[in-house]
Amino acid sequence: MAVRWRRTSKWRGLGSEADRATFATLHTASLASPALREGLSSATVARSLKHLRALLGTPAAAITDTTTLLGCDPPDDHHGDDALRLALQAVAAQKTVVAGPEELRCAVAGCGVRHAVASPLVIDERVAGVLVALTDRPSASLLRANDEVAAWVSTQLDLAELDASRHRLVQAEVRALRAQISPHFIYNSLGAIASFVRTDPDRARELLLEFADFTRYSFRKHGEFTTLAEELRSIERYLLLEQARFGTRLQVVLRIAPEVLAVQVPYLCLQPLVENAVRHGLESTVSGGTITVEARDADQECVVTIEDDGVGADPARIRAVLEGTHSSDSVGLANVDERLRNTFGDEYGLVVETATGAGTQVIVRIPKFAPGVQA
Amino acid sequence: MNIGYGIGAVVVVSVATLTIGTWGLRFSRTTSDFFVASRSVRPGLNAGAISGEYLSGASFLGVGALVLAFGGEMLWYPVGWTAGYLVLLVFVAAPLRRSGAYTLPDFAEARLASQRVRSLSSVLVVVIGWLYLLPQFQGAGTALRTVTGMSPWGGSLVVAAVVLANVLAGGMRSITFVQVFQYWLKLTALLVPLAFLVIVWLSDGGRSPAAADLVVDGLNGTDWANPLAIAGDHPLYTTYSLMLATFAGTMGLPHVVVRYYTNRDGRAARKTTLIVLVLLGLFYVLPPVYGALGRLYAPDLVGSGADNVVLELPQRMIGGVGGDLLTALLTAGAFAAFLATSSGLTIAVAGVLSQDVTSRRLDGVAAFRVAAVIAVLVPLAASFAARDVAVATVVGLAFAMAAATFAPLLVLGIWWRGLTAAGAASGMLVGGALTGFAVVDNLVSDRDAGWWASLIAQPAAWAVPTSVAVMVLVSRFTRPPSSSHVNRFLVRLHTPEGVALDRT
Repeated sequence: MAVRWRRTSKWRGLGSEADRATFATLHTASLASPALREGLSSATVARSLKHLRALLGTPAAAITDTTTLLGCDPPDDHHGDDALRLALQAVAAQKTVVAGPEELRCAVAGCGVRHAVASPLVIDERVAGVLVALTDRPSASLLRANDEVAAWVSTQLDLAELDASRHRLVQAEVRALRAQISPHFIYNSLGAIASFVRTDPDRARELLLEFADFTRYSFRKHGEFTTLAEELRSIERYLLLEQARFGTRLQVVLRIAPEVLAVQVPYLCLQPLVENAVRHGLESTVSGGTITVEARDADQECVVTIEDDGVGADPARIRAVLEGTHSSDSVGLANVDERLRNTFGDEYGLVVETATGAGTQVIVRIPKFAPGVQA
Repeated sequence: MNIGYGIGAVVVVSVATLTIGTWGLRFSRTTSDFFVASRSVRPGLNAGAISGEYLSGASFLGVGALVLAFGGEMLWYPVGWTAGYLVLLVFVAAPLRRSGAYTLPDFAEARLASQRVRSLSSVLVVVIGWLYLLPQFQGAGTALRTVTGMSPWGGSLVVAAVVLANVLAGGMRSITFVQVFQYWLKLTALLVPLAFLVIVWLSDGGRSPAAADLVVDGLNGTDWANPLAIAGDHPLYTTYSLMLATFAGTMGLPHVVVRYYTNRDGRAARKTTLIVLVLLGLFYVLPPVYGALGRLYAPDLVGSGADNVVLELPQRMIGGVGGDLLTALLTAGAFAAFLATSSGLTIAVAGVLSQDVTSRRLDGVAAFRVAAVIAVLVPLAASFAARDVAVATVVGLAFAMAAATFAPLLVLGIWWRGLTAAGAASGMLVGGALTGFAVVDNLVSDRDAGWWASLIAQPAAWAVPTSVAVMVLVSRFTRPPSSSHVNRFLVRLHTPEGVALDRT
């Protein structure tokens, strides 16, 4: 029904004059918004200002930040200096400033611009820039329009700021995760190694080297991405060290399709999951258990499964952890889920299958190619 | 011959393929030898897998048949199919690996940052895949008729069903070991019977098949061996056009490119390509010998059933149980050839279809299965509808289309920073349309002589330059204001992984 309605309405025209004006305005605004959502810079101003000028309907417009001119439209407009002067007044006054012919002494022949309106752009309650409209005839409606457009631009810039801070937050979480090799793990590993020093010095030496390599990878400074091969190598070191402590109580099975080793994955996206499986799945059991890590090739993507046959967990609790409403010590799970979603999209979140007493299986899907993902 | 041997061979190959596929996955390791597991696929194995998937029924049965029927000029096909990897090695292999792209549409998106070019590439992957699948099914039908006596459409149906079962049972995996096994099976299946045939030939006196006084079907030995005497009015044009199509087309085949992703880095990708050249060179020596021997021992096949020469020779030269066994081995090889290439293509086509079409309505596995069924049914239906065109001709057309679309995209995308999304899209559209027109004309109408017939039969020589010219010209007019993405991307493509560099 909806489709038919749209069809017929097309034949009847697109509504009244006012409707069409609204549509046109909304469309123009939508053209400007992608650039503005990237923040305030001369590059984004260059892409959005012509649409903003279309909204204002003035012969010229400019955007400045709090000190310099970011761009004019038309691009070679000669009012840049005037616009900046006025903008600085607006920044100082923190409100809209209007200028008349006495302040705008334009000497260019044939140029009718005599009036200007400068409205501040506010991000997070502080002035970050100014939108200046230059016109040949003053009107109260232009004053209103410029204020409204400036408010709309401010909203877009606010959203850009939000995006950026979300990204910073994720990066901070990675850094936190890096620094978050658990003190227990260090203590336990060194204890286990110490116990071998006399009985089996060679093994102790090997384990120490593994420990050194493990920490080097975990404290790595650069790069958001790594290869699956690297990540698996780190998991192997981790499991070797844990096996030194658990002895035969910890069995490990690995099924890795060599075809997927080159896949690019977010750094430390699997190791926390294995650590979770050991710490929450097996540590509390008397008889120990088996950890299975499997990486399969599934054409366009790779599927990694991390499974333990330990104590399992209440599915409701895991759901709460993934939603962030439950703060538990399995920080890794929520963090990995968040980063996978941020990197590859919401359909690539973690899948956790568990029940109390039935072990836990975590499934990670990673696309072989995603634009922008490169170690 | 005994039909049981042929059917037995087909069954053995199918079971072996499925078994290795399953075994490859169940192969578990404990931590002690995990470092083995975390080592990427070595170039040797990778090259075996590429060759195993690449060598199709057209190579296994078709080349011998063409050499028997037409002579030395048909050697351009195996030469071109091999030399394509030389071009790939020089211009594309390492940068393609470093781009991080898995499929050709991935590369288009990574290089040009355009969803439209990606969609267009996806459409072309499907079209080229289908065009390449069509002769596979046709050829398999003919081959199965020879060894089992069923009707050709029945043979096509059987192969399509086995391919579909293989792809669906194996899920979406492309297991390296299966493909490596299939390469060595194909090589053995040609080499062992040939050794016996050559012994028989030598004991018969070793007469040259190119002797001037040996006239078969009106063709004397000298003319037969002449590499430039291609059938048609314009042999020189046809030869060069064929060379261009095969040299440039290899890099545009959807099932070849995905295997490069498995390489550890650009250097490994080059090494892999080098070994592929060796493996293909080794293989392609063999089929023409069957064709040459056919001239001496099966001259009556020239007019009617040259396609069967490879399968018929053991019967005629050795006979008895020995001949039956050798034929069974050849049947196994031929079936492996059809199975490997068709499965690889089906997976490539189904991957694109499931990603862009069926996954909108269905979830993961179901989407892929539906896509796989569509990917097999369309070329199967086309193989019934199209007129009976030689297998090698249609394969040549698939190469020509790849050469006129993806080859310019890859080469210009890697080596010329001026390529824009609009340029690439218009070039691929023009190249695809021109070669597509030639394909349809070839499949529908039968032209006999004249320039027009030559141009349509081998469209690469005019379609590829046109496509490149359109790409360059449109790119010149649509140069984007800022190209920091392009510069960074090209730096990444051309810098060896060992060099410390901010690649983000």
